[in-house]
Amino acid sequence: MDKNGLIIDLRDVSFGYPGRAPILDQLNLSFYEGDRMGLMGPNGSGKTTLFHVIMGLLKPSSGRMEVFGRPVQEEKDFGEVRQKIGLLFQDADDQLFSPTVLEDVAFGPLNLGKSQDEAKAIARGTLESLGLVGFEERITHKLSGGEKRLVSLATVLAMEPDVLLLDEPTTGLDEATEGRLVEILQRLDLSFIVVSHNIDFLMKTSEFITYMARGKISLDEESIPHTHIHIHKHGKYEHKHNHNGADTHKKK
Amino acid sequence: MGDRFNGDDNRMIGEGFASTDSLIYRLDPRVKIVVVFFFSVIVAVSNRFFVLMLALGLSLCIVLLARVPMRQLLRRLVPVNLFVLFLWLFLPFTIRGEPLFSIGPLVGTHPGVLYAARISLKANTIVGVLIALVGSTSILTLGHAMHELGVPKKIVHLFFFTYRYIHVIHREYLRLVSAMKVRGFQPATNVHTYKTYAHLVGMLLVKSADRAERVRNAMLCRGFRGRLYSLSEFSLRKIDVISLVVMLACVVVLGLLEWTKTV
Repeated sequence: MDKNGLIIDLRDVSFGYPGRAPILDQLNLSFYEGDRMGLMGPNGSGKTTLFHVIMGLLKPSSGRMEVFGRPVQEEKDFGEVRQKIGLLFQDADDQLFSPTVLEDVAFGPLNLGKSQDEAKAIARGTLESLGLVGFEERITHKLSGGEKRLVSLATVLAMEPDVLLLDEPTTGLDEATEGRLVEILQRLDLSFIVVSHNIDFLMKTSEFITYMARGKISLDEESIPHTHIHIHKHGKYEHKHNHNGADTHKKK
Repeated sequence: MGDRFNGDDNRMIGEGFASTDSLIYRLDPRVKIVVVFFFSVIVAVSNRFFVLMLALGLSLCIVLLARVPMRQLLRRLVPVNLFVLFLWLFLPFTIRGEPLFSIGPLVGTHPGVLYAARISLKANTIVGVLIALVGSTSILTLGHAMHELGVPKKIVHLFFFTYRYIHVIHREYLRLVSAMKVRGFQPATNVHTYKTYAHLVGMLLVKSADRAERVRNAMLCRGFRGRLYSLSEFSLRKIDVISLVVMLACVVVLGLLEWTKTV
């Protein structure tokens, strides 16, 4: 790993299909160990493409990419990347392909060369840490949307990655499951980039939020999510604050 | 057309026809596959009515042993016999031979009727055994058993993925059908309907191909290198070995009866 903890370093990375505007346009990204980064941006701004380029699923047309201090370019370079960086896909049905939950979670560890017993132990441990005890023999396609999302997360975490890339993890989740996801992400000792349109979710999980537009990440628009908690006797009504401190109240 | 599918989509692919405490249900899935395979082959190649009747009797015994609920058995047998009925409409009149009966200008022949009768017997015998033995095993277990029996990896993978994604594709189909219905689509016998169905099928194909790509990507991200591992282990018990030997002996006897023409 790089001395100063630079994990993902993209320089002038471009990706696109001929005859169309580039999806990634000379994009720069420096992601450090311990970073918890939110990524927002309009549809089609290249957020998912960025993740797929980092994982080596898409090959950039130009630019330089270093992951964990090592340049990555060819398919063989990405073996290590895929173990250390876990990608949570937008659609859990893409991620869960084994018939049962236990088999799906054990799939990654088995690919990493673990024995059957080790893989099963890791899978059980991961499920337990996410509060999914008793899910082992459940049939993956019969899980509910929220359960699928959490099991998908388990399949990624079972690889014991250092970094997570989460692609719109709250899509289709109810409030309770979203709350569980927030709690899990806050508890995990991992660096992550999370793409979401859900500002509430980003505020609870990320340290800073960057914006992506037209294939670029604009670092100058980086912002720090924050909330003010305050208390006063009119708190139970819906109200707005004026800058001079006076409150305007609106009866419900 | 969509109404049929509005309920639980798991109805499309049923599993587990045998009652769970029957002897057949608890048999090692590998034994079941081997027995079904050899039994089906011998029934398919046999021509003597005596042998076919014997096989049908055997098939019935297995169905009874598996205690398959009657309604489910019939539900599965109906489509098979619709197909057989179709054969009865054509075969007696298209195979040359000694005339047996005639309907107007159509002449039914003796060999034609025998031929149709043989196919009816064979079809019901094999489907009966399939329902009782394979139908009593979950798809998942079947796949692993196939793997254990040395069936090529690609076939086992294909089997698993078909099982896993047929529901997803079915859901996509239902979504598309609903989208068509809410915009007032009424199937009729016209070009618009055919075009719409063509689009529907085309869209499903494209979506499935896209999904296949995404699933592959997800697998690559988790270190997939072309090998699927199985977590289940099977062990042969005494009852499995006995069942296997008894059934294979039956198959051998059927074969001997067919070829030596004794009895």
